[in-house]
Amino acid sequence: MHRIMTIVAASALATGLAGCTDQANGGGAGSRDQIKVVGSSTVFPFTTIVAERFVEKTPGVKSPVIESTGTGGGMKLFCGGVGADHPDIEDASRRMKRSEYDLCKANGVADIMEVQVGLDGIAFAEAKSGPGLRLTTTDLFKAMAAAPDGKPNAAKTWKDVNPALPAMPIQIYGPPATSGTRDALAELILARGCEAMLPDMAEVREKNPAEFAQKCTRIREDGAYVDAGENDNLIVQKLQSNPNAVGIFGYSYLEENRDKLNGIPINGTEPTYETISRNQYPGSRPLYLYVKKAHLSAIRGLREFLKLYAASWNPGGPLVAKGLIASPDDVRKKSETIVNWETTLDPKTLP
Amino acid sequence: MGSRLTPAPTDWRDTAHQRRMAKRYAAERRFRWLGLGAVLLSAGFLVVLLVSMLSAGLGGFVQTQIALPIDFAHSRLSLDPATLRGPGADLALAAADLGGATDAAAIAAYGPGGDSLLSDGAWTRVRDQLKADPSLLRRRATVWVPAADRIDIAAKREGAPADEAIVAKLKAAHTLTTSFNAFFLRSSDATDPTMVGIWGALKGSLLTMAVTLLIAFPVGVLSALYLEEYAPHNRWTDLIEVSINNLAAVPSIIFGLLGLAVFLNTFHLPRSAAIVGGLTLALMTMPVIVIAARNAIKAVPPSIRDAAFGVGASPVQVVFHHVLPLAMPGILTGTIIGMARALGETAPLLMIGMRAFITAPPGGLRDPATVLPVQIFLWSDQVNRGFVEKTSAAILVLLIFLLAMNGVAIYLRNRFETRW
Repeated sequence: MHRIMTIVAASALATGLAGCTDQANGGGAGSRDQIKVVGSSTVFPFTTIVAERFVEKTPGVKSPVIESTGTGGGMKLFCGGVGADHPDIEDASRRMKRSEYDLCKANGVADIMEVQVGLDGIAFAEAKSGPGLRLTTTDLFKAMAAAPDGKPNAAKTWKDVNPALPAMPIQIYGPPATSGTRDALAELILARGCEAMLPDMAEVREKNPAEFAQKCTRIREDGAYVDAGENDNLIVQKLQSNPNAVGIFGYSYLEENRDKLNGIPINGTEPTYETISRNQYPGSRPLYLYVKKAHLSAIRGLREFLKLYAASWNPGGPLVAKGLIASPDDVRKKSETIVNWETTLDPKTLP
Repeated sequence: MGSRLTPAPTDWRDTAHQRRMAKRYAAERRFRWLGLGAVLLSAGFLVVLLVSMLSAGLGGFVQTQIALPIDFAHSRLSLDPATLRGPGADLALAAADLGGATDAAAIAAYGPGGDSLLSDGAWTRVRDQLKADPSLLRRRATVWVPAADRIDIAAKREGAPADEAIVAKLKAAHTLTTSFNAFFLRSSDATDPTMVGIWGALKGSLLTMAVTLLIAFPVGVLSALYLEEYAPHNRWTDLIEVSINNLAAVPSIIFGLLGLAVFLNTFHLPRSAAIVGGLTLALMTMPVIVIAARNAIKAVPPSIRDAAFGVGASPVQVVFHHVLPLAMPGILTGTIIGMARALGETAPLLMIGMRAFITAPPGGLRDPATVLPVQIFLWSDQVNRGFVEKTSAAILVLLIFLLAMNGVAIYLRNRFETRW
């Protein structure tokens, strides 16, 4: 009995203490003294680097909270409203969609700043011991699309796709449907390959986007394309154990694993820092931050955080050292102007 | 008819009988071997898991450090010991170009490219040293700073040949050591694998588990007591019993969605906070505790209750003086199982935002926090290869936490255990 009473008393005491710390922290939903960022897992590592530098440079500030939710999931949170309950910045590995802007607007998030932080490339890679494939966007479309010519995709080997390629089974490890990388894959590689092969598709795209998606960017589900989850390190491991497979991931993973993997040239262009930054490589895509202008004055340190971001994205800067590809000079200048003058986004330019 | 009434005596030497006997013995032996095989197989899996984790993870607990001689007296740092002793120390240190001074010192000591031997966060160690001992500013001092991750990998395992050569040279000059990384146990998440720590996630797990235990244990035990000792047996209590059993089998992600809808969207509790994580996991753990507690209470012999009533104890006295203490070992076993499951849980916590990058340990229950399994998940997805051993090291910390938690519960269980 005694022992039980002791336990009960101890738990009651602990609950009381927990309550005290709660009150000491106070505030809660009403106010917030740290920056909150949500969004793309591709932009996440760069934002974390800036956050770390921000904390080191500004003693006493609370460290920003950065959550990697994927671009789409982050947009939902970001557009949930204005106020301490909602994040200040959205990391995006693609531009905001018109529908997302409308959602933001409906919830009172009207003034949004759009800042391009740099570029990323979708790299295609094989193991060092692989056959040294050279592919085109058309090859990839024929190998990956669910129905490249109206019928279910029957290509079993790369030779079926293009007689110049080896008779090696098609095995591709790539991102899942929830990933921004998958969106970029559809947009940059499959849509281009589709339009190159079927020129009338450009017209279909204008008139009937649903039909275009069905015909061009839907990926086959018969096992040739394996959805490897959000973990890109897993794809790297799978490529090492299977030299015949092709992997698709963000360029920084290729850069970090250059001793194990070879990049596959697309349309004759190797995935390298130069080709991606000059926009020659077909798989290069811009990365963005979306910021709520209404939060700039309300959240302590948000302005400084953005300025530090702008100071970090130059060639030779800390973000580039960690795998970001710097945007061309004019784009960087424009983004810096947006940060300095707090220019908001014109919704007419959104896709 | 007669043969049925008086059956022929069994002929033990009959070959058919001998064969049947041999078959029975063989079946017996086979079963024993199968059982032993099953035990050995599961033990083998455990050994493989532990050996692979230990071999990959122990490296995460040691760190390669490089000696960095810095002549603070002749550096261009605009700092003086008096400011560093005053209240503006942090601001002054942040404003001074310590990063530049550290790089310059590395180049002076190890030649061109010397700065690339050090971790990107090396200057923070210089800063911490200066803060601890401002008098360093007047003299020349040697600060041990973490090596860059490629040097770290080369010193511990196989690295690139060029890095191996650098390591050999530094070792010969006694300017490189590999020692226990206490920093890993004291600090939080970072972007550089040489600067990361597990304390933030460990503290997050501690806070979350505390909330889970404080809610799930009393509520679970009280519901079990009520259902077993007081509730009438009718259709309503049957319905409740079925619901609790079903709740125990619900996939954990569903509880995450529930937590998101109830605690975040309805009660507006802060996102990514330990209190929300603890509440969500408490919902998940409670049914497990209720079921275990009910079985333990059921197993207390009715004679104990009758005897207590017989000497005039009230129902509350019977329950708290006799039934509950005797049921406690069983209740604690159920609690261990429930808490162990909650400790390893990731899915529901992702839904409520506990997968964030947070560089400071949580100060309280409402602060943004992460927990050990989520930290492991985040590190496993990092680009930088230095994170591989940190991931395994974090798994070891999680296992140790789990063992410690179970150890406490087993100790308590043995103290309460009664045999009759």
